[in-house]
Amino acid sequence: MSTSPPPLPPDDEMRGIFRTMTLIRRFEERAADEYMAGRIGGFLHLAIGEEAAIVGTVCALRPDDPLTSTYREHGQALARGSDPRAIMAELLGRSTGLCGGRGGSMHLMDISRSFYGGYGIVGGAVPLAVGLAWAARYRGGDQVAVTMFGEGAANQGVVSECFNMAGLWDLPIVFLIVNNQYGMGTSAKDAAATEDFFPRAAAYGIEAWKVDGMDVLAVRTAVSEAARIARDEGRAACVELLTYRYKGHSMSDPDTTRSAEEKDRWRARDPLITFERVLLGEGVMDAEAIAAMRAEVDQVVDDAAAFAEQSPEVPVSEVARNVYAYPWNDDPRGSALVSP
Amino acid sequence: MTTPPPEVTYRDALNQALREEMHRDESVFLMGEDIGHFDGAFKVTRGLLAEFGEQRVVDTPITEAGFTGLGIGAAMAGLRPVIEIMTVNFALVAMDQIISNASKIRYMFGGQASVPMVIRMPGGAGHQLSAQHSHSLEAMFTHVPGLKVVVPATPEDAKGLLKTAIRDDDPVIFLESEGLYGKKGPVGGDDDLIPFGQAVVRRPGRDCTVIAHSRMVWVALAAAERLAEQGIEVEVVDPRTFRPLDLGTLAASVARTSRAVVVDEGWPECGIAAGVAAHLYEACFDLLDAPIGRVNSADVPMPYARNLEQAAIPQPDDVVAAVMATMAREVPR
Repeated sequence: MSTSPPPLPPDDEMRGIFRTMTLIRRFEERAADEYMAGRIGGFLHLAIGEEAAIVGTVCALRPDDPLTSTYREHGQALARGSDPRAIMAELLGRSTGLCGGRGGSMHLMDISRSFYGGYGIVGGAVPLAVGLAWAARYRGGDQVAVTMFGEGAANQGVVSECFNMAGLWDLPIVFLIVNNQYGMGTSAKDAAATEDFFPRAAAYGIEAWKVDGMDVLAVRTAVSEAARIARDEGRAACVELLTYRYKGHSMSDPDTTRSAEEKDRWRARDPLITFERVLLGEGVMDAEAIAAMRAEVDQVVDDAAAFAEQSPEVPVSEVARNVYAYPWNDDPRGSALVSP
Repeated sequence: MTTPPPEVTYRDALNQALREEMHRDESVFLMGEDIGHFDGAFKVTRGLLAEFGEQRVVDTPITEAGFTGLGIGAAMAGLRPVIEIMTVNFALVAMDQIISNASKIRYMFGGQASVPMVIRMPGGAGHQLSAQHSHSLEAMFTHVPGLKVVVPATPEDAKGLLKTAIRDDDPVIFLESEGLYGKKGPVGGDDDLIPFGQAVVRRPGRDCTVIAHSRMVWVALAAAERLAEQGIEVEVVDPRTFRPLDLGTLAASVARTSRAVVVDEGWPECGIAAGVAAHLYEACFDLLDAPIGRVNSADVPMPYARNLEQAAIPQPDDVVAAVMATMAREVPR
């Protein structure tokens, strides 16, 4: 696709992009602390290093474009504007959590912001996004469904099924392959027959290309174009975002297989550092403004953590709530039974 | 003088339910393999493409996981998809979508989203389709909280329960029987919905309760005729839905008869009959005069040869034998 430098967005948006990337970085660093302190259970998958892919995507979409993600989705929820307090409370399994403590880190959703959730089965959410696109077209709406998944998911059969359906039916969907180069600890080189993943979508007649996923403005430009194709031309598009996650697969992964040289090479292209240079170079923010913004974000994260830690646990009496739409599900043993 | 209600087949009863609900609610659409131009592998969707168009009656590629997941996503957005999986056997490749997504989305996200969809599919053996095309997977679906599981035995139930399923706000697994599509009977009208969680007594009797669903209801009724000739009156009770299960009606029948046999075309291990029997032991152990009997398919992959297949699936004679055993009497020869 285009190799010319992307046009700069308005200053306000540039500042907003930088703040959101910073918020995601600081929030996840704090989540790691909470995990190490034993306050977060289960899996905790961090997207540190992938902030440009997340924020560049969300800022290119309309707020009512339905979005799905993987289990590495704190950033998507934050970028969509969900309350950091509710997200951190969900990570801590509290009643004030975004999903009432039922989902945890892997299953955030904020349907009021058209964020249709984080899902734990690799590739499993992609057909849901095809359905969201289907529903938009069925109703005559002009929303574009967007689904972010990894290069590992691209090896799942259901993802190819989705490329086929979206290409066959010309659905308004954008497939974003977040290629962070590792499926858990296995290099994509050892898991995929080809280096690039976007040609798989192209094989189904979907316009597809690859961009530098460490460059937030390049991501924004690419996703804007993909969304335009889906919205205005009524057909699917796919963008592969080449990126890198700095941490292991999850907090329980000691990350011993990737070389220090490789990590350093990618950290040198850190999306926050490079974008900060752009902001300074273009005179959008000065060092003082950046420091103030960081202090404000730290305040937000401190407040979210304090809120979560002080929030009440979920009452055990509510364990069966929301298994079904019906009220008779509140008996934990009896959700399948009509009482004898 | 009243005229008897017109009789329609189970197949056409389902077709009526789909047509009526599609007229009633524009958010209802159908999707599946060969359901449009081909009228459906079992002709359940005959004529609906011509009536409602390609937007609402959608032929899919052979991609069960894909279009089942598509249906879940469309349902989250507020549509009411009715997904046809050609047979229950092919649902196995869509199981991740059904179990990991459809059944969990309401709960896992704290009630923010609903999945008001129906997945229709026929199952059962008896047509010499051998091991991979003869499953009865009721137990697998019933195992999963968040799903509703519906198993109609008659045209009236097929229509009334499907209409309820389409209007329901949860994912409904609607298991039809390949052996019942030609079965005729009366059906209800446009507003005759049959609620979930209401078992029905198909034949009253005082001596032993026989619990059976779907095609096994007819096997149980045939057995009841033979037993009646021996002076044994069995009560045939059809649960109609396994999630929710109307344990009250089942237990009340067992309280009257003090004996029970559960008939299920699925396998015996951790199956429907085992699960229903466990509920009955918990609910009315003190009222039982004999251990609860189970009649299942043989614990084998379904064989092809006609004699082997017939021997492997429950027959009226098997039900007769199980009832007689429960009553501690010799099977008449």
